Amino acid sequence: MTQPVLSVRNLEVEFVTRRATLRAINGVSFDIAKGEVLGVVGESGAGKSVTGLAVIGLIDPPGRISGGQIELSGTRIDHLPPEDIRRVRGKRIGMIFQDPLTSLNPLYRIGDQIIETIRTHTNLSESAARRRAIDLLAEVGIPAPEKRIDGYPHEFSGGMRQRVVIALAICAEPELIIADEPTTALDVSVQAQIIALIKRLGRDHGTAVMLVTHDMGVIAETCDRVAVMYSGRIAEIGPVQEVVRNPLHPYAKGLMGAIPTLAGEDKRLVQIPGSMPRLSAIPQGCPFNPRCAFVFDRCRVERPEPIRQGDQSVACHLFEPAEETAA
Amino acid sequence: MLAFTLRRVLQAIGVMLAVGVIAFAMFRFAGDPVSQIVSIDTSAAQRAEIRRSLGLDDPVLVQFGRYFINALQFKFGVSYQFRLPVSSLLAERLPATLELAICATLFAMIAGILMGVYSALRRDTVLAKLFQAVSLIGISLPTFLIGILLIYLFAVTLGWLPSFGRGEVVKLGWWSTGLLTASGLKALIMPAITLGLFQMTLIMRLVRAEMLEVLRTDYIRFARARGLTTRAIHFGHALKNTLVPVITVAGLQFGSVIAFSIITETVFQWPGMGLLFVQAVQNVDIPIMAAYLLMVSLIFVTINLVVDILYTVVDPRLRSTVGRAT
Amino acid sequence: MSDAVVPHRSEAHPQTSAGWFRRALDSDIVYSFRRSRLTMVAAVITLLFFLLAIFASWLAVQNPFDPAQLQLINSRIAPLWTADGQSPFLLGTDEQGRDVLSAILYGLRISLAVGVAGVVFAGALGIALGLVAGYFGGVVDSVIMRIADVQLTFPAILIALLVNGVAKSLLGNRLDEMSTFGVLIIAIGLSFWVQYARTVRGSVMVEKNKDYVAAAQLIGLPAPKIMLRHVLPNTMGPILVIATINLALAIITEATLSFLGAGMPDTMPSLGTLIRIGNNYLFAGEWWIVAFPGIALAGLILSINLLGDWLRDALNPKLR
Repeated sequence: MTQPVLSVRNLEVEFVTRRATLRAINGVSFDIAKGEVLGVVGESGAGKSVTGLAVIGLIDPPGRISGGQIELSGTRIDHLPPEDIRRVRGKRIGMIFQDPLTSLNPLYRIGDQIIETIRTHTNLSESAARRRAIDLLAEVGIPAPEKRIDGYPHEFSGGMRQRVVIALAICAEPELIIADEPTTALDVSVQAQIIALIKRLGRDHGTAVMLVTHDMGVIAETCDRVAVMYSGRIAEIGPVQEVVRNPLHPYAKGLMGAIPTLAGEDKRLVQIPGSMPRLSAIPQGCPFNPRCAFVFDRCRVERPEPIRQGDQSVACHLFEPAEETAA
Repeated sequence: MLAFTLRRVLQAIGVMLAVGVIAFAMFRFAGDPVSQIVSIDTSAAQRAEIRRSLGLDDPVLVQFGRYFINALQFKFGVSYQFRLPVSSLLAERLPATLELAICATLFAMIAGILMGVYSALRRDTVLAKLFQAVSLIGISLPTFLIGILLIYLFAVTLGWLPSFGRGEVVKLGWWSTGLLTASGLKALIMPAITLGLFQMTLIMRLVRAEMLEVLRTDYIRFARARGLTTRAIHFGHALKNTLVPVITVAGLQFGSVIAFSIITETVFQWPGMGLLFVQAVQNVDIPIMAAYLLMVSLIFVTINLVVDILYTVVDPRLRSTVGRAT
Repeated sequence: MSDAVVPHRSEAHPQTSAGWFRRALDSDIVYSFRRSRLTMVAAVITLLFFLLAIFASWLAVQNPFDPAQLQLINSRIAPLWTADGQSPFLLGTDEQGRDVLSAILYGLRISLAVGVAGVVFAGALGIALGLVAGYFGGVVDSVIMRIADVQLTFPAILIALLVNGVAKSLLGNRLDEMSTFGVLIIAIGLSFWVQYARTVRGSVMVEKNKDYVAAAQLIGLPAPKIMLRHVLPNTMGPILVIATINLALAIITEATLSFLGAGMPDTMPSLGTLIRIGNNYLFAGEWWIVAFPGIALAGLILSINLLGDWLRDALNPKLR
């Protein structure tokens, strides 16, 4: 087995407030291979974005990575000195944020922002960086890039700005792209184009992609594998067809049941009763137990660890091997 | 762009007209211009003659028109105290005030921006907290008390700096400057600090607040995610975005600095327009008061106009949308 | 600022008349007041200054402005704790044998009186103009608000000086101590009315379009009267904040005018006048004549400013 581009093991992220220490991420592990697209889904506050920020080292105080490790192509990148992690950001990991309207500095020409980023990470001259910036803009599908490069962000539409943001994220040929809800702020008609662009770039450059979203449709269409997060943990992770067609974890079942299909089956969409607990009030045992239809005593006491089920991995006591359950 | 500029210019002219009416009303109705010119033993006939020769019997509108046309040519009448044309008195004092105001503004901007940036980037350090405390005191202490305190420290106790006046000045044409002699520069230090201190605290607070605001924006987070150096983020991206509103405010404040120099000039006996104005108020020298009002208004209105137009140059977002700006 | 839990107003309190006091103690504003030690200190000091001013004639060892009580033999005595100090002159005396402490107490009274009266006048003028502008709208509104805009660009001190100069010119020799007092109040009022007018006008504009005004007019009730009953209580909070901050500004303005020789005369000095007088003796080494009035003025303004800052934050939960 080849070495994964990104390998996260038992990641923990805490936010220290005056009254309590809140654990936003609690023991998350996953890998992303070269050229693979991993989708991360879950409700708001499940820890999807925090996981992405932790990987790129942008958890600001009062938050901190309190445990576990993150490896990028075999080297540990958590707890790197600030200057070293900065060199990783943008060069080896590109990041795309949710809102393209606010991601670009309004006072700088987009070309200057791209050239600045390229020159931070490479030894290219100003003019070479400019040529590369034009190529990048062409690659992300901006028409007349040699003219548009001197435009200011406010002269671009939302979808075009997100293309610029993507160009910025890939300008140093990173091994990994983290896209944090890249389409949420965009018009529906533009969303598909942006997703297709990210997918194509990942394929063309062999880049690993971590796609954070709460849109199951996007996941089903784009990703190779999917991780379902709940309350700072991964409830289930596996190949996208299996997880979508045959979800194992009760929460994943509920989530997949909530996807409308085009088949026109006369079924009601399933809703998961209740809502995700706040960070300050995560129940003991399995965090999903108050909402779970299959809950039993053990769920209220003991936290389930991930268990392999074929290609899938699920954190649920229902799938414990029989003898251990008896023990 | 053109329509916007034109509207601003028209507004500025409107303001100047309004101020002109007030200045004229002061000039004409507050105190009798005749009794200020003549001596006690002038006969009633002579007084009437002077009245007529000054044009005080003409309709008010005619008089206003005449005052206005004269004001446009910088003719503001004759000072009661000095028996000299007000315009030459003002012209003589203008360089002192402008040099003081410019130096005070430069001091306020440089110190204010440095302190503001520092206290935004190193929020929890002792020095940052000290700056905050200084700014509260700077806003609470009246200017003249600060001046007195400085005089007591550096002139009376330590004897380092002169306590009054402009020092030696050099004539450059009609402009007299204190910037070219050592004594002139020394004399400038305390007045400039006194005058600039309030603006400095204002700018410092503004820079700090703006910078903290900017550092929280998405584009700064994205700049960090792109791996830019902290230096490039703080002093390139964040500072540039911070300085747009700060420079606007500082520019607009320049008019206030000139007006506030009234106090500083009195404390340090600085021979500028402000001191002239205070003496005019004390001695009820209405022509000087009216002329000073007009001069300061002109400076204010011009600065406002220039800043408004410059703002659209600095911020590219405004260039295409200026039509909507109100 | 702080994310601490703001105590929600308890609904458990019985609605008795005795419960009123307890409810008041429980409110957000009192809570935030008790949390900030600095604000409490500032409040105590402000209160102390007011008390000192009110009871000046009982506290002072002499009436510093009654020439009969001054003796030249007592002139230029240093403060009590220095080698040359003499009882009962705690803070020393000035050139004319005036006790500095007594002069400060009487001066404080004048400074506060001018400040408070100036703020009240500015508030009354601003509220009235704001109501008129907001209610009538149209030409009246734009004239008043244009004046406000223009005036806002000029520093208050300049306007106050001009008003003062014009008053002097009109009144000439008839300008005695009491009319100077009046002129100062008018000068301060004319310099500070704009903020009140803007606040009240905004509130009237909001209220004017509400249904109850139309309803009141339909049944023949006078709309202005009804609106007053709604507009004024709504704007009380912001007006209080403006008034507190303006009080500090008004005191500074009065002190500055007096310092510039365009305010209270030597025969009835405010703190600013005392500082101007004392400033002349600074070079002779008699620092106490200027230092103590200066400290009193600075302390007064600082504590009112702190109080105003707190009030602004407490009444504006968005800023918290």
